[in-house]
Amino acid sequence: MNYVPGTASLIDDIDKKHLVLLRDGRTLIGYLRSIDQFANLVFHQTVERIHVGKKFGDIPRGIFIVRGENVVLLGEIDVEKPCDAVLQQVSIEEILEEQRLQQQAKQETEKVKIAALKDRGLSIPKADNLDEY
Amino acid sequence: MQLLFYSFFKSLVGKDVVVELKNDLSICGTLHSVDQYLNIKLTDISVTDPEKYPHMLSVKNCFIRGSVVRYVQLPADEVDTQLLQDAARKEAMQQKQ
Repeated sequence: MNYVPGTASLIDDIDKKHLVLLRDGRTLIGYLRSIDQFANLVFHQTVERIHVGKKFGDIPRGIFIVRGENVVLLGEIDVEKPCDAVLQQVSIEEILEEQRLQQQAKQETEKVKIAALKDRGLSIPKADNLDEY
Repeated sequence: MQLLFYSFFKSLVGKDVVVELKNDLSICGTLHSVDQYLNIKLTDISVTDPEKYPHMLSVKNCFIRGSVVRYVQLPADEVDTQLLQDAARKEAMQQKQ
């Protein structure tokens, strides 16, 4: 990422509102203030947005420094494009509850799957990476 | 430094591609720019496949870190496979020495 024309540079994205998808599955939204060659990012007025189904909730997080290796995708938010048509914003408590339920349901299905495999004498070892995106 | 595919992608700037990420998310868009790490910038994006990823609704342009790309899907008529094969072979020979 440098000043050579044609290269994928984030220089022009500075001070604009962005959405970043992280490898642990989190979505952060904020103003991009600083970048470097590793795609390390400094976010200002960051909000962590949690999505469960059609609902979402925002948790204010302040200033974030994201290490580049954790970045999946960085998208510029177009303020004109509305997202309220499909999505419904709810309170922090509600979205955290929804997320907890979603995690629970996922763990249940995982348990059932592992039990089924065990019956057949198979086992899938847990992956080394912590990626959950 | 292996720059063959960097040059290859540079020649495809302006074309429509589909980038499939390692998290199974597929994004269709116009290739805006690429860099030596094969980071990709796409414009006018749309999420192909069922929109299980609602957070992308307000995003028109995006930067994708090269390390998370699984595939870049290109229309066949945009690629001269023979040329690419020859170039890759030459680069491999050079790297061996």
